[in-house]
Amino acid sequence: MLRFILMRLGKAVIILIAILILNFFLIHAAPGDPAAVMAGEAGAADEKFIADLRARFGLDKPLLTQLGIYLGGVLQFDLGFSYRQQMPVADLIFSRLPATLLLTMTAFVISLLLGTLAGVLASARVGKWSDTLISTLALLFYATPLFWAALMAVLLFSVTLNWLPGFGYETVGANYTGFRRVLDIGQHLILPATTLGLFFMAVYMRMTRASMLEVSQLDFVKTARAKGLRSGIIQRRHIFRNAMLPVVTLAGLQAGQLVGGAVLTETVFAWPGIGRLMFEALAQRDYNVLLGVFFISSAMVLLFNLITDILYRFVDPRIRVG
Amino acid sequence: MSDPVLRIENLRIALPEGADRDYAVDDVSFELNAGEILCIVGESGSGKSMSANAMMGLLPDLVRPVGGSILFDGVDLLTLSEAQLLDLRGRRIAMIFQEPMSALNPLMRVEDQIAEVFEAHNLLTAKERSARAIALLTEVGIPDPEKAARAYPFQLSGGQRQRVMIAMALALEPEILIADEPTTALDVTTQAQILELIRNLQEKHGMAVMFITHDFGVVAEIADRVAVMQYGRIVETGSADAVLDDPQHDYTRKLIAAIPKLATDREQDAIGRQKVLEVEGLSKTYVTGGGLFGGNKRVVKAVQNVSLTLAEGETLGIVGESGSGKSSVGRCLVRLMAPDAGTVRLAGQDMAKLSGRALREARKSIQMIFQDPYASLNPRSKVGRIIAEGPMAHGVPKAEAYARAVELLELVDLDALSIDRYPHEFSGGQRQRIGIARALALEPRVIIADEAVSALDVSIQAQVLDLLAELKEKLNLALIFITHDLRVAAQICDRIAVMQMGEVVEMGPARAIFENPQNAYTRTLIEAIPGREKELAAAG
Repeated sequence: MLRFILMRLGKAVIILIAILILNFFLIHAAPGDPAAVMAGEAGAADEKFIADLRARFGLDKPLLTQLGIYLGGVLQFDLGFSYRQQMPVADLIFSRLPATLLLTMTAFVISLLLGTLAGVLASARVGKWSDTLISTLALLFYATPLFWAALMAVLLFSVTLNWLPGFGYETVGANYTGFRRVLDIGQHLILPATTLGLFFMAVYMRMTRASMLEVSQLDFVKTARAKGLRSGIIQRRHIFRNAMLPVVTLAGLQAGQLVGGAVLTETVFAWPGIGRLMFEALAQRDYNVLLGVFFISSAMVLLFNLITDILYRFVDPRIRVG
Repeated sequence: MSDPVLRIENLRIALPEGADRDYAVDDVSFELNAGEILCIVGESGSGKSMSANAMMGLLPDLVRPVGGSILFDGVDLLTLSEAQLLDLRGRRIAMIFQEPMSALNPLMRVEDQIAEVFEAHNLLTAKERSARAIALLTEVGIPDPEKAARAYPFQLSGGQRQRVMIAMALALEPEILIADEPTTALDVTTQAQILELIRNLQEKHGMAVMFITHDFGVVAEIADRVAVMQYGRIVETGSADAVLDDPQHDYTRKLIAAIPKLATDREQDAIGRQKVLEVEGLSKTYVTGGGLFGGNKRVVKAVQNVSLTLAEGETLGIVGESGSGKSSVGRCLVRLMAPDAGTVRLAGQDMAKLSGRALREARKSIQMIFQDPYASLNPRSKVGRIIAEGPMAHGVPKAEAYARAVELLELVDLDALSIDRYPHEFSGGQRQRIGIARALALEPRVIIADEAVSALDVSIQAQVLDLLAELKEKLNLALIFITHDLRVAAQICDRIAVMQMGEVVEMGPARAIFENPQNAYTRTLIEAIPGREKELAAAG
C-alpha cells in the first residue's frame, strides 16, 4: 500500500511539472501581458514605460529563461510574486482558499448525499410517479447551464422572494461575530452551493439509479434471496454496496474540481474565492497568479485521483488484493 | 423410495405478452421423493428452470403462476405470503446456480456470505455462525477452510466457489436442494468432482435433489429419475436407466442421438496430403503490472513451445480446460495477437513475422469462428454487410461481394433474404451459421473454430457440427477446432492435441487419444467426461 502511494506520488510530481510547463506556454501565447494591461490602465501606454515595467517584472528575458526562473521558484515552494496585487502569489491564493473550499465542499456533500439518496429512491420505485419525477429533475439539472441556473436562483430566491442573500460571502458592514456570523455565512452559502452542486447531483441520481437496477439483476442478488434474506438487507448489503462503485469514481472526479471548478459560480454570486481570483487574474494577464491557481488546482485533481484510488481499494477487495 | 416431499400438480406459469409462447411451464406435474436425485432435462427455453423458481417464489417480475399447485409438507407454496416464503427459503428449500463466478457477492467475504443464511433465519450468535461456516466449508471439501472463509470470491477458483454455494445451501439442512445447471460453467474435471460431492452430500443428509441440466452426460452420472421437458411440457419421465436406455418420446430420442459419441473411428489419413499450416515453437507470455514505476509483475506463460501441423482437409482438435492456453494458440495463429516466439508457416509464409499489407493479404487464408454467437456479430450491421465486409476490404466490388454473400448464406442453409436482416432476428444456431459464412467469405484455406458450438443447445450443436464437416469436404478446408468438450472433439477431429498449462502434453490421432491415452492428464480428462461409463457399458 505504502509502495503504491509513493509510486503514485512520484508520477504525480512528473505530471505536475508537465502541466506547469504546458500552462506556462499557453498563457504566454495569449496576446498582451501584465505590463501592457497595467500601462493601459495607467493611461501611459508609451513604449518606454511598458519596457520599464517589463524589465521590472522580468518579462524582457527570453521565454525559456523565464520558465527556468519560475520552475526553480516552484521547486522551492515559491509560487512567485503578483506585481499587480503587490503580494506573493501563495499568500493571495491561501487567503482565498477557505472561501472556495467552504463553497465547493458544501456543494460536494449536498450533491453526493441528495443525488445518491434520490437515485436509490428512484430505483426502488421504478416506473412509478416518484421515479419519473426524480428522473425528470435529474435530466433538468443535468441540462441546465450553470450560469443560467445561478442567475435564476438569484432572481427567484433573492430578488423576488427575498428569502436568501444573492451575493457575497457575508453581510458587508454588519460585523457579526461568533454564531451569528456562522449563520450569516451559512445563509449566503445556500444558493451558490446548491447551484454549483446541481449538475453533479443529477449525475449521481442517474448513475445511482442505473447502477442499482443493474446490480439488482445480478446472480448474487438471487442467491441472497434464495437464502431467505429480507429485501431491506438485500438492498443495503448486496445491491447498494456494489452499486456505489461507479459513484465513487465520479465523486473522485468531482472532488478534484473542489478548487478550480467554481469560477462561474463565484463570479455570479460574487463569492470571494479562488475562482474569482482566477477570473480577475486572467483579465489582467497576471501570469504568476494564473499559473499559481492552475498549479494548485491541478495538484488537487491529482491528489483526489489518488484518494479515489485508495478509497476504491477499500471498497472493492478485487483491487485491494488482486 | 419413500413418500414424495414435494408434489407439483398441473403447474402452469404464464409468460408476459409478446413472448414466443403463452406459458413457460404448461400443465406440468411431477413428484420429488425424499432421498432421490431428480434430473429435469431440457434445452434452453424449455421451462426447466421456471418450475424451480416457482418453488422458491423467485419468478421474474412479469412471469406468474396461473394454475396448478406446488404441494410441500401439505401446503401449496403458490399460496404462501412473502413472509412465509422468506422463512422457507434457505431453511427448507435451498438453491444453487449455474454461474459460480457471479452467484457470490464480490465485495463480501465467503464467511460472511455463509453466516448470512443463519442471520436471515435469526439463528446462532455471530461467533457460532462463523464456526459453522468453517465446518461447512470443511464438509464441502474446500482446502484450507479457515483461509477460504476469510477470502473474497474472486480469490477462489470456479469449482471452489461452487463448493461455497453448496456449503451455503447446506447450512440449514434443507429437505430439498435445487441445483440449477450447477456444473455447466465448470471444467470437466471440476464438474466430475462437484457431481460426486452433490451425490455424497445428498446420501449423507438424505435430501431430495432437483437437478436441472441440459446435459445427458451429467444425467447419466447423477440421476435417479429423469423428467424431460420441451416447450414448457414434460414429455417423458422415468427412472434414469429407463429414459437413457430406452427413451419413449421422439424428442428424448432426438436429444440423446444428438449427443456426440465418444467412440471415434477416425484415424489419421492425412499422410501424403499437402501441409497447409506448420507451427513451430509457438510461445506467448502475458505480463501484467510492472512498467515505469515497478509494481507487482505477473507473468503467465499462456503458450509454451507449441508445434503442430495441419494438412489439407484435416481437422485438428485442440482440447484443454480453461486457462490451458488453447484459445491463445488460436489467437496467435490468426495473428489477433503476436506470438513472442515461433513460426506460423501458412502456405510458405511465416504469419508470425508479417506486418502491414502482407499480413492483411495473408489473413485471407486463415479465418476464425468465435464462441459467442451473440457477441461476435455487430448488432448494427445487416447480415449482408457482415459477410461482404471482408471481401470488400480486400478490393472486391460491392455488388460482387453481396452476390457472393447470398451464395454463402445458401451454402450454410440460410435464406438468401437474410442479407437484409439484422443479427438479433436470428437464433443462436443461425447466428453461428452467419459466423461461418463470414469466415468463408474470404475463401480461406484454414478455419479456426474457437469453441464454436459451446454456446449452443445439443440438437443445434449437432447440426452446426454436421455443417462444418460438410463444408470442410466440399471446400477442402483445413480446420482447427478448439474446444473444452471432448465429446465434440471425438466427433469431428481427425487428430487431437491436448493442452495443459500452455503446453501440448499429448497429440495424436483421435482414436489413439481416446482409446489409448499416454499422458496422465489426458487420462484424467477422458475419465471425467460425464456419461462415459454408461456409454462404455452400453457399448459392451
